[in-house]
Amino acid sequence: MKLKIKDVEFGYSNMPVLQNVNIELAESEILGVVGPNGAGKSTLLRCIDRILIPQKGCIMLDGRDIREISRMELARKIGYVPQDGSQIFPATVFDTVLMGRRPHLGWRSSERDTEKVLETLKMLNIEDLAMRDINELSGGQQQKVFIARALTQEPELLLLDEPTSNLDIRHQLEVMEIVKRVVRERGISAIMAIHDLNLASRYADRIIMMNGGRVYAEGKPSSVLNAENIRHVYGVEAKLSNHDGRPYIVPLRACVSANR
Amino acid sequence: MASISGTETVSGAGTGTEKIAEIKTQYKKFIGRKILFILFSLILIFIIAGVSATLGSYPISVTEVYSIIWHGIFQNVETTQEIVVWNLRLPRIIMGILAGMGLAIAGTMMQGILRNPLASPFTLGIASGAGFGAALAILSGAGIIAGATGEYLIIGNAFLFSLIPTFVILLFTRYKRATPETMILAGIAMLYIFSAATTLLMYFSESEAVKEAYFWMVGSLGRATWDELIFSLNLGSLYIPLPGPVPIVLIGCIIPLMWKSWDLNVMAAGDEAAKSLGVNVEQTRILILIIASLMTAGIVCFTGTIGFIGLVAPHMCRMVIGSDNRFLIPASGLFGAALLLTADTIARRIIAPEILPVGAITAFMGGPLFLYLIMRRRREYW
Repeated sequence: MKLKIKDVEFGYSNMPVLQNVNIELAESEILGVVGPNGAGKSTLLRCIDRILIPQKGCIMLDGRDIREISRMELARKIGYVPQDGSQIFPATVFDTVLMGRRPHLGWRSSERDTEKVLETLKMLNIEDLAMRDINELSGGQQQKVFIARALTQEPELLLLDEPTSNLDIRHQLEVMEIVKRVVRERGISAIMAIHDLNLASRYADRIIMMNGGRVYAEGKPSSVLNAENIRHVYGVEAKLSNHDGRPYIVPLRACVSANR
Repeated sequence: MASISGTETVSGAGTGTEKIAEIKTQYKKFIGRKILFILFSLILIFIIAGVSATLGSYPISVTEVYSIIWHGIFQNVETTQEIVVWNLRLPRIIMGILAGMGLAIAGTMMQGILRNPLASPFTLGIASGAGFGAALAILSGAGIIAGATGEYLIIGNAFLFSLIPTFVILLFTRYKRATPETMILAGIAMLYIFSAATTLLMYFSESEAVKEAYFWMVGSLGRATWDELIFSLNLGSLYIPLPGPVPIVLIGCIIPLMWKSWDLNVMAAGDEAAKSLGVNVEQTRILILIIASLMTAGIVCFTGTIGFIGLVAPHMCRMVIGSDNRFLIPASGLFGAALLLTADTIARRIIAPEILPVGAITAFMGGPLFLYLIMRRRREYW
């Protein structure tokens, strides 16, 4: 799966959210998208999954414009884990994950679909939750269920919107390990919008730092995550150290006169 | 990271497959329970229908009723007993079953597409549209269908006016995205507009006519006849019974709704998630709205507004079998039918020989039952 985002612009009425965004994604790569609130991270993910349609520019998937791909076909290629997966009516974990088979199945679900669901549940180590109501689970467990749903889509590209927000540190690590593992094992790619710079640094192969709807910096974690960029984009003084060859960020204080 | 790989080994090869097998049996049991509930509702309908047919000023026993129904299928009805059962009680019972089914399914659909547990077939103003149409026909004799008079004028008016709110909402969604919020707000606005129009109409009318119009609006199965249920085709000596308007509307609506049940399941996860799973959310929402509205209109124009069934039957079924619409649609349809039939039986007998309008009884009976069920639930939601 090769993704190419070219000159994308998106805005709500007169408020631009994304401007002149150019990104390329290689195969089997984890791309971390960081940036302050309102930088356009979630909007970018939604544009890639055609939940929102950019006013300008185009998004190419393996050389095809996503606007020319049917929603069903797109759903077989891209899995999306939204930030808020609220479910209004009760549903079991099993049925929720089975929805991931929707792009592949007809009206009936087959034995094969059941197997796929069980396989994914087992991979994420949440098979014990299979018959529980999703609304009764903790935030971390829910997040895993939504990732499981996206994985049963068998996508070639996984989009994760703040997969670790509201999770305790154990669940944060578990979720990130899962992402890393499926990317390696299945050779798929992943783009995750993420607030935690240290998780991004540790798990992303490449990082895009966004600011005000534009790509501010792009590259390896070690090159993007530096004191200068963090001060400019977040308005935060930070101390950086090296941890296993990746930068580790300790935020110190908010800049008094941030030049943002 | 060590701890993470640690948790993975907990479900090792041996216990893992065992666990998977256990989940499979559990899941099969869960599906079995859903099918069982559907069968249970079906049996319930037959029992209540049988009992309902025996009750009335002319006493007939249960076994007699079933044998009368059985014989009536093959030969003409002649005796008083047969006429009472076939021409008076059966149309009412069958209309009750069909209306309960349609309203419950329409409620399930509205709750689903609007992602709102408070939604019912009447949330978007269908009932007040129908009420206005009927009031217009009764009070001023005016109607949309040229040449129609009397009962046909009322039915035609009720049907067409009940679809106006839906039509307005559809126009609305051409300019604003078809989100649940937009649709509910537009629907509620339509509800108030039509209620106000009806009030004004009544304000300037004779009190006798107002009473008649009011009686129409409180839903009742008393107006049911075979004409709504069966269309008889007479080809010389050959007599072919075909489904009448109500069954046709129901069949025509339930089939596409069942077909869309998967998409509706997915939409419960939210618009964004549904889109990412390949569902054309806005288009599906509008399609289901149109079908559910047609189905409701097709019932309400004959019965008036029978409330509560469409709100409560889907919830009661969800409590037992969960939210998978592939099972929930038939289950709530059959359960809604049983519920309305019970309510109508009570409405007929509670202060006999006076027959109460079933529209008032459904809420009276269903309200406390519903409250009891909510109290018994441990979950946050119910």
